[in-house]
Amino acid sequence: MFGYEFYVDPSRCIGCQSCINACAECETHRGHSMIHVDFIDRPSSLASVPFVCMHCDDPTCAQVCPADAIKKNEDGVVQSSLKPRCIACSNCVLACPFGIPKVITEFEQMMKCDMCYDRTSAGKRPMCATVCPSQALAYVTPEKIGRRREQPSNTFYFGRQKVTTKVFMMLPPEHQALNVDVVDYMWEGES
Amino acid sequence: MARLPSPQEELKERYGPHLNYVPPGGWSEASRQPPEKLVKTHCCFCGQQCGIQLKVRNNQVIGFEPWEEFPFNRGMLCPKGVKRYMQSNHPDRLLNPLLRTDSGFRDSTWDEALDFTVRRLREVQERYGKDAVALYGGASLTSEKSYLLGKFARVALGTRHIDYNGRLCMVSAGTAYKLAFGVDRSPNPWSDIPEAQVVLVTGANVADCAPITTDYLWRCRDNGGKLIVIDPRMTPVTRNADLYLPVRPGTDVALLMGILHVVLREGWEKRDFINRHTLGFDEVAKSVQPWDPRKTAELTGVPPESIERAARWFAGAERAIALHARGIEHQSKGVENVLSVINLCLATGNIGRAGAGCMMITGQGNGQGGREHGQKCDQLPGQRSISDPEARRHVAKVWGIEPDEIPQAGYSAVEIMEAIHRGEIKALLSICFNPLVSLPDAGFTREALERLEFFGVVDFFLSETAQHADVVLAGSLQEEEEGIVCSAEGRVLHIQKAVDPPGNARGDIRIYVDLAHRLGKKKFFPYRDGHDIFEELREASRGGPADYFGITYEKIDDQMGVFWPCPTLDHPGTPRLFEGFRFFHPDGKARFVVAEYRESGDPVNEEFPVYLTTGRVVSQYLSGTQTRRIGALVDQHPAPRLEIHPRLAETLGIKPDDWVTVTTRRREITLQALVVKTIRPDTVFIPYHWPGQQSANQLTHRTLDPRSKIPEYKVSACRLRKAEEPPDWARTGKAHASANSSFPILEERY
Repeated sequence: MFGYEFYVDPSRCIGCQSCINACAECETHRGHSMIHVDFIDRPSSLASVPFVCMHCDDPTCAQVCPADAIKKNEDGVVQSSLKPRCIACSNCVLACPFGIPKVITEFEQMMKCDMCYDRTSAGKRPMCATVCPSQALAYVTPEKIGRRREQPSNTFYFGRQKVTTKVFMMLPPEHQALNVDVVDYMWEGES
Repeated sequence: MARLPSPQEELKERYGPHLNYVPPGGWSEASRQPPEKLVKTHCCFCGQQCGIQLKVRNNQVIGFEPWEEFPFNRGMLCPKGVKRYMQSNHPDRLLNPLLRTDSGFRDSTWDEALDFTVRRLREVQERYGKDAVALYGGASLTSEKSYLLGKFARVALGTRHIDYNGRLCMVSAGTAYKLAFGVDRSPNPWSDIPEAQVVLVTGANVADCAPITTDYLWRCRDNGGKLIVIDPRMTPVTRNADLYLPVRPGTDVALLMGILHVVLREGWEKRDFINRHTLGFDEVAKSVQPWDPRKTAELTGVPPESIERAARWFAGAERAIALHARGIEHQSKGVENVLSVINLCLATGNIGRAGAGCMMITGQGNGQGGREHGQKCDQLPGQRSISDPEARRHVAKVWGIEPDEIPQAGYSAVEIMEAIHRGEIKALLSICFNPLVSLPDAGFTREALERLEFFGVVDFFLSETAQHADVVLAGSLQEEEEGIVCSAEGRVLHIQKAVDPPGNARGDIRIYVDLAHRLGKKKFFPYRDGHDIFEELREASRGGPADYFGITYEKIDDQMGVFWPCPTLDHPGTPRLFEGFRFFHPDGKARFVVAEYRESGDPVNEEFPVYLTTGRVVSQYLSGTQTRRIGALVDQHPAPRLEIHPRLAETLGIKPDDWVTVTTRRREITLQALVVKTIRPDTVFIPYHWPGQQSANQLTHRTLDPRSKIPEYKVSACRLRKAEEPPDWARTGKAHASANSSFPILEERY
């Protein structure tokens, strides 16, 4: 949908799994959910995180695919693997920095979130972001998200790998990017 | 009489609960076809009544589509809403009336089942008197059905004993609001929540029980608002609380009085508002005098500085809202807990304004509307008191009978079960109620059911309670009959009929109208459908506190809901009550009412040293009659787990996933431990959606609030020991193991 972007805010998530249940309703993968919801450490906390595909600008999954089965559309949405090409080798599963793709053994194919391509291409919002009761998953305009307390970023550093994505992660105000590795904070000479 | 006709296993094999995982025709086939129509209606679960569009094809609900234009939830749905359509076309669905035989149930014709029901009801009434028959209703029924039940009890049967399962839900809040404000409704619409500068959430597990309300809380924080949470457990909304007060179960009233104590000590109360618009302030001020932060902390287990801070934030805000639910209401002092919330709001002038007020979060689907029109033991339509002569005159006129013919108030839900147990009530006709799972002290409930001389049930699935029935009349799901409901906001909504009842199942309205006709009361029940009943309901409610006269189905559709009171056809409805500080008491003033702390009806002591509290999980609804039949929702929480803090677990030698036997003064059950730091170490928690040996209500007690008659589900005393082995249900079934469990990380870790 023109003018709309996808935002993920783990701090709003209540772990209800509405997204997982709604994802299974989608036309392209009925009965199978492509969303991950993790309780980070249930013995200590109720913190939970929903993950959809981040739709990287330069997708690592596609880079490592030996069968050239993973394609990105012009609008930046990275699709599930092409069924005729996919060899279900799981390279993408291992390589994705966000842990998104799944090899569905029943279909011998890697499948993942395609941002509800059937819906967004027809002017509807993705199912998960429409139903999410806490709007931890949100598909709204940048103007609307700008009213939130947390602010969006789509730049991630995994050690020396910089990843920029179509989907935004909501971060505490004044965080420009998300660094996940101590290496990101170290000085190792001019790179 | 009403013993189980055949072994549990046989009943389960035939009537479930079986798990439905797929839409009609499967994921890849029939349900993929485009729907013939999208029906704009509401979710059947919970008092938020989210808008939803049901996809219908071939007279079957095949899926759903979010309804983004509906203003309350704007397309949002919790997992129950997403999967609700899986209850239609369910293999367990009752397609014919059932009559009990020596070995089980057999299908019967409608004539046979209805005649049998009427004959038995008459025999019992002729032998023991009219009041020997009781009716149970439910708060998931439309308001038309609720109205019909109230009239059926009083006009068709002439019994005074009718009550409903809202008695387990909203009555403490309703009683307190009537005392303080003269009306039983949340004063503010939900759209006020993001406008508040401080929101106090007390005894309300918003994320699991009213998930859409979470978004309202988060939007309040986006606007700079602060969130205060009072709960013995950290619930998911606590993750973003600015202040968390882990109250000891059953001491809420003391904590709220302690907060008010600080407000008054500092002189933060709004004197002008109090003087002009309220009565009773001085008595309440005196009553909170002893509750200084230190004394309050000692009883409640909340640090004195947190009490001070809560008071400072709440009183310091220009606009503050207090949200409350069953946590404070399910207590033997539930009314007093709510009154102390109201006292705090009145003292700080937080009422009758945008972003300022106290709000009850009604729990059941039609929890609000279901209690307004006559299935409550002490009320007549329009939220009128059954003991008020003027109300009796008005309603008798609408019903075409003499005021004296309307029976006086009868017993409440738990009191009815107790009267059955002691043999005073001999026959029960129940709909939309599963007391064997939902009433406290389940063993007592089972004994009572077995003593009934006649037990008739109207249901769409054979619930655990219905298994005890002599006759089961196959009724309708919410999507199979048109009607209205009233949401937690006080917004009256239109439930559309999406499909016909399957097989020989019938609409509930037709069943009760048929029974009334066979009881010889045809002229009082001339209804063809819900709309006919609604027209009479409008008249009956006219002039009462819950005045629906100005509401029509068309107006609801045009406005996407109408907030009552709505006294005339050109009236737009009333989203916010008490604007201009006009309250519903005859003098227009609100009342401060003194609340007092007292011990729970099931106190902890050396023998039972741990508090037990019960509640819900996000994927299940109430007694689970519907949601324990939907595969995806069961996978999320396959069985109840005992939440216990590691500090308590360690002293008992209990490790994560150990089986633990919980014993109260009633009975014991054995559940698997979920060892978490998100609960007070002196308290354990069990969700209550399951039957039999998984039922939290085997453990709870029947102490009632003296005014609201709500049971004290939230405070029991228990002791714990590590079990030698898993219980039978865990060894024989797959119920406790699932690849899709909510706690995958936990299972991997240990």
